Amino acid sequence: MNASVVYKSMLEAFGLNCEIFIFTLLFALPLGLIICFGSTSSFKPLRAAVRTFVWIIRGTPLMLQIIIIFYGPGLFWGGRLLPRIPAAILAFVINYACYFSEIYRGGIESIPVGQYEAGQVLGMTRSQIFFKVILKQVIKRITAPMGNEFMTLIKDTALANIIANLEIIMQAKQYAAKGLTWPLFATAIFFLAFCGILTLLFGWLEKKLNYYRG
Amino acid sequence: MALLEVRGLRKSFGNIEVLQGIDFSMERGEVIAVIGSSGSGKTTLLRCLNSLEIPTEGNITVGGETVFDGDVPKRSEKELRDRRLKFGLVFQSFNLFPQYSVIENITLAMKLRAKEQNYYGMTKHESFEKINARAEELLARVGLTDKRDAYPGTLSGGQQQRVAIARALALDPEILCFDEPTSALDPELTGEVLRVIKSLKDKDSTMIVVTHEMDFARHVADRIIYMADGVIEEEGSPEDVFGAPKSDKLKAFLAKAEETI
Repeated sequence: MNASVVYKSMLEAFGLNCEIFIFTLLFALPLGLIICFGSTSSFKPLRAAVRTFVWIIRGTPLMLQIIIIFYGPGLFWGGRLLPRIPAAILAFVINYACYFSEIYRGGIESIPVGQYEAGQVLGMTRSQIFFKVILKQVIKRITAPMGNEFMTLIKDTALANIIANLEIIMQAKQYAAKGLTWPLFATAIFFLAFCGILTLLFGWLEKKLNYYRG
Repeated sequence: MALLEVRGLRKSFGNIEVLQGIDFSMERGEVIAVIGSSGSGKTTLLRCLNSLEIPTEGNITVGGETVFDGDVPKRSEKELRDRRLKFGLVFQSFNLFPQYSVIENITLAMKLRAKEQNYYGMTKHESFEKINARAEELLARVGLTDKRDAYPGTLSGGQQQRVAIARALALDPEILCFDEPTSALDPELTGEVLRVIKSLKDKDSTMIVVTHEMDFARHVADRIIYMADGVIEEEGSPEDVFGAPKSDKLKAFLAKAEETI
């Protein structure tokens, strides 16, 4: 088979990996912040519930979560199944939001209490203090761990094939089943290129945020 | 009438009563230095005035208006904010916002407030121009006009503290509080900060300065409050407190302070 045809079909399949990547970030980044507020809430029952949820999500395999979200409703309640791609994206969003929430929490807790107090004595509201004073400092502090998560995410998207989503690894395996094995190895090129771009992007972002110290 | 009245102020943390009934008042334009050993409750007193801590008991009035009254347990955030604005606080550790330039540190709270008040009937541009002009003026007052666009991380401790003073002045507090403003500074940098505080006295600012700088207290303050174990042990003019201390605790404290020099 013509190599360019193979590469083209793999590129198309990689489009699905990118789609899952983008939608996961789009929803999981804000959701993670909300979960973070829950897990640091001074209202104990809420905090306990959210922390338990985070423990369950971080404590079980993502692959299993994808399977449960896709097959679960049909098995337990006879309800309608989510389509394959949205089911995978939903699992990724929930899973990554939990990891993001812990990164946010670490970032927020690393900001000295004096920053809050300075805002308070200047008559700022709690939300003004959070969005104008704290958040930007948090973003700077969590850039490096976030870069890590982004890289893990693009590689994790391959897990979506467990519910028969035709992403790049699955595409390559179909070639392998027909006796053509090199595409499976060639998938690495796509991931490497993607992560290379991410590395450059995060390097740029860190540099941009480095305009101040602290 | 006194500008600030504090009556029967108490504050406990768990079982430890840090403030055990504080009574004092001060006039507009007066400068009070609060001295005493660590753990005597000086900082807690300032934090209570600034509503960073809620006192357990007592009451505080500013210009006849009740700022805190122990009988009212829970207050709304808005009330708390309005009360905080009667006081300004300069922290020992400056607490400037590192991601904002010097001028932005000073204007941030003013601009947020202007936005909330619909720019006081002006256009956004007009009101921000005014705020910027005011910030420049404050910056000139603390002698840092040339550092306008610098970030706090690039300034010396003394410069940072001067910016913090300008920032605290921006919202026109009735009473400006200083919590050991020079304790985190290298000795050669304390002078510039103390000079700025002294210059504010000449502008008739009302100030409460918690300090370990005995010389400063002696020469700048109108009145000295000596705190020990959560109460005001002794107060009076600098001449009386330093020249003729009455209580044994104060005598011992002053002797210790002398020793270190």
